[in-house]
Amino acid sequence: MYGNDFIDPDEPLNAAEFGDVDDAVAAAATTAAQRAEGGSSFEALLAADQRIEPRDEMPEAYRKTLIRQIAQHAHSEIIGMQPEGNWISRAPSLRRKAILMAKVQDEAGHGLYLYAAAETLGVDRAELLDLLHSGKQKYSSIFNYPTLTWADNGAIGWLVDGAAIMNQVPLCRCSYGPYARAMIRVCKEESFHQRQGFEILWTLSRGTAAQKDMAQDAANRWWWPALMMFGPPDTGDAATTGGHTAQSMAWGIKRFSNDDLRQKFVDMTVPQAAKLGLTLPDPDLRFNEETGHWDFGAIDWSELWRVLKGDGACNAERIERRVGAHHEGAWVREAANAYAARHDLGQQQEYVA
Amino acid sequence: MSTPAVKGNSSERSWPLWEVFVRGKRGLSHVHVGSLHAPDAEMALRNGRDVYTRRQEGVSLWVVRSMDITASSPDERDSFFDPAADKIYRHPTFYDIPEDVEYL
Ligand SMILES: [Fe+2]
Ligand SMILES: [Fe+2]
Repeated sequence: MYGNDFIDPDEPLNAAEFGDVDDAVAAAATTAAQRAEGGSSFEALLAADQRIEPRDEMPEAYRKTLIRQIAQHAHSEIIGMQPEGNWISRAPSLRRKAILMAKVQDEAGHGLYLYAAAETLGVDRAELLDLLHSGKQKYSSIFNYPTLTWADNGAIGWLVDGAAIMNQVPLCRCSYGPYARAMIRVCKEESFHQRQGFEILWTLSRGTAAQKDMAQDAANRWWWPALMMFGPPDTGDAATTGGHTAQSMAWGIKRFSNDDLRQKFVDMTVPQAAKLGLTLPDPDLRFNEETGHWDFGAIDWSELWRVLKGDGACNAERIERRVGAHHEGAWVREAANAYAARHDLGQQQEYVA
Repeated sequence: MSTPAVKGNSSERSWPLWEVFVRGKRGLSHVHVGSLHAPDAEMALRNGRDVYTRRQEGVSLWVVRSMDITASSPDERDSFFDPAADKIYRHPTFYDIPEDVEYL
């Protein structure tokens, strides 16, 4: 504490009084113990709830699973720019337009954080984009639904970003360090997305009868697809993820089951819908006094598989748009390369001179 | 912080990877926030600003080519850091001091 000219009487007076010193000593003791047991192996790190970092040893299957999951997540972020991007030029006010642009730009940023995280596992972003463009890797099927009215932008922010947050918060504690860190940044930015969506619907639901109808229609169309975002059920006839989920849980990539997250989302969202004065399109939705949760009706899983396999309203359009944008941007990338090359050359000549 | 092998011939593949460091506010150190691809340092700075400081997260930005970073190897982590492991007398709590002595 050199250089302090004022001492707050309530502040700890020297380093030994700060808790963090004790924490550091305790941490040092733990790592020392781990080392003594030869315990910085992959399994030991997982068991101690420590993060795996890019240059650590890891099983090939862990690496592959992460690449697939992070890439699919990154693809979803950038394809997810399209449904709302579609409305930027038609937003009802300058305020809404500025907000929507900021949100769509955020999604591009989320894509970049995630591609960068995937690259730490030894793949190239360009390879992953090729896989997306050729249909060999998927993105979240939610983005294959169209945005028909302005209210859809509200429903997307409220329900789709809301469901995404529910999925993403546990990923902030994912065992793979770069993925977890990317998710922390993403989650910090997502809460504005959900709130601006709720605000759009809140405004519409207090507007004219036609505006309220528009809000209700959007909620009706987005509710079931939002519930499908949590993935197939973990148990029962429609379950397809059993082994996969269990392995991801053991690896600390996944922290909660699909059904647990879906239930949390329903419990959180039903009171919000009531506040908006909107109904949710499920006649079986009712509060269960015994469990303390909202029971909901059966999800039509055949719809998820159908849309995922390419038969959604917008599958072809989304990929076509993405590939088109990539090609249209080629001259910009080439120009930047040419500029960089000339700049490098100029510098070399300076050194020589 | 592995630099992936450059593959293929699309113009994007040849963009080097940069590590981005942000100074959150005056008085703090620059902290690593992530990485990005850019053709040169100038573009890396601009992209870094757009990607990592959209909400005024920084007052200063560094970009460093990932290739220029030399990292300690995880394989020799034990031998590399072990010299510090048995010197807990470098921490203030190591010392036995009567409890009723103040300001120490
Ligand atoms: Fe996002
Ligand atoms: Fe979002």
